[in-house]
Amino acid sequence: MSFTPEEILETKKMIEEQGLDVRTITMGINLLDCADPVLEHMQEKIEHKIYSLSKNLSDVATSIEEDYGIPIINRRITVTPISMLLGSLKIIQNLPLKDIQAFNDPLFHKYKVAKPQISIEAINAYVKIAETLDSIAEKVNVDFLGGFSALVHKGFTRSELCLIQSLPEVLSNTERVCSSVNVATTRSGMNMNAVKMMGEIIHQIAMNTREKNSIGCAKLVIFANAVEDNPFMAGGFHGIGESECCINVGVSGPGVIRNIVKHHRNADFETLAESIKKTAFKVTRMGQLVAQKAAKRLSVPFGIVDVSLAPTTRPFDSVAGILEDMGLETAGGPGTTAALAMLTDAVKKGGLMASSYVGGLSGAFIPVSEDKLMNDAARKHILTIEKLESMTSVCSVGLDMICIPGSTSPTTISGIIADEASIGMINNKTTAVRLIPVIGKDVGDEVEFGGLLGNAVVMPVKRSSCEMFINRQGRIPAPVHSQRN
Amino acid sequence: MKAIVSVVGMDKPGIVATVSTVLADNQVNITDISQSYAQEFFTMIMVVEFDKNKVSLKELSEKLKEAGEEIGVFVSIQHEDVFRAMHRI
Repeated sequence: MSFTPEEILETKKMIEEQGLDVRTITMGINLLDCADPVLEHMQEKIEHKIYSLSKNLSDVATSIEEDYGIPIINRRITVTPISMLLGSLKIIQNLPLKDIQAFNDPLFHKYKVAKPQISIEAINAYVKIAETLDSIAEKVNVDFLGGFSALVHKGFTRSELCLIQSLPEVLSNTERVCSSVNVATTRSGMNMNAVKMMGEIIHQIAMNTREKNSIGCAKLVIFANAVEDNPFMAGGFHGIGESECCINVGVSGPGVIRNIVKHHRNADFETLAESIKKTAFKVTRMGQLVAQKAAKRLSVPFGIVDVSLAPTTRPFDSVAGILEDMGLETAGGPGTTAALAMLTDAVKKGGLMASSYVGGLSGAFIPVSEDKLMNDAARKHILTIEKLESMTSVCSVGLDMICIPGSTSPTTISGIIADEASIGMINNKTTAVRLIPVIGKDVGDEVEFGGLLGNAVVMPVKRSSCEMFINRQGRIPAPVHSQRN
Repeated sequence: MKAIVSVVGMDKPGIVATVSTVLADNQVNITDISQSYAQEFFTMIMVVEFDKNKVSLKELSEKLKEAGEEIGVFVSIQHEDVFRAMHRI
């Protein structure tokens, strides 16, 4: 027989008992050619392009599920950072450059522009485009559409400033549109004006969506070194180095890895790492199979497989659970960073062997609200924001889905963003911040988001002002290792 | 198209007959078969071949599941590619 019964049963158990699935099939779509000076024309072009490329995405995903017996949880779309298109609008081109430069160059600070002076009409154009994206996402049956984004690590364009200022309205008026803002790169340093602005914007989004536990903030990610081919949300967008259209797949499988770690309770580190690698290999191969089949059926090139461990609210599907099964009493306690470093590295090694095109974020996600055991550790005050910050220096991404008191000041939020972005900038890796200041809630309160986003406890933030630091103007210079040529 | 049928459950008379009847009724050819016991569970793996224009994997999967439920065993069918991707370099 071509396969042993053990191999066949292993696959069956992974899918049926350990929750192995493809977390997302994400179609990346270039929208640069939809730019137009007239808003209505741009809306039509965007609608037409996304619809014609992705109308079969959901059905194809379902047909692959049926043919291969592998659950595919989400169908998603990423698009070109929207700020790049909207600069072509007449209304944006008429904005005075002088106001914008005040946010880019300390020399212009004499203008003392505290907040960008952007007309309601300009903001409305961004809201309308977001509504177009929201309705098309619903029409083609995808749960999220990412790319309402701005890359401002070195400075703002007019359009990027407008997009950022439109976020409080966009994220409270749309359901499926996800946004990201890149504020730092290793190559160019950190735009502290953007960091400051994002603290204020996150606070405003939280206020605008206070009726729903400030959930708008769950759809916004602040990045350092954002990647162009991330299939996961909320931080996914279709980068400008990408092709016209491609299929990226995010595989998952904390449950499968957790099972294998459980079975190696007394193993030494080499044996443990080997077994995680082998399992990650199998998981990635399955993801690659799905990605290739989807690409073929949609007549679109295959892009990458993202081999991130993405937890769900199911207890067995927990990254914290893997760490605890590795030998920690509680995730967040001493030993956590080392355990996570080893886990992430072993997953990457297995994934890299399985596919030549591993990309996206690839590593382990630690979204607190989405991981039941992570939340339990936070309730016990063993997992703290500070510990999570150190964990993010060894795994993919960053401070993800963390609820903080609604009373946290915008400058404190900016301080947390700056800390996290520094880890990314200095260590040449992607880091991100997705904080939710839940208006009306305080430390220890429980917040229910429902669905994939789970529920979470509000975590404490150290009360010490960084206002003066954040209020300095300009950019943190690029680190010494940006000079690699 | 090639697929793998797996059957897991308590051993009893008629399992092979039940499953192979469903396969024969749908013009599915069995190219390999193996049986084993893991703990007290009976496990049967079949490699099968069929024309996907005559019967779809989804239909076959539903029929096999139904037949399995009648005799109290779990029957599932999956495309061979899944196993090839996972277990072969």
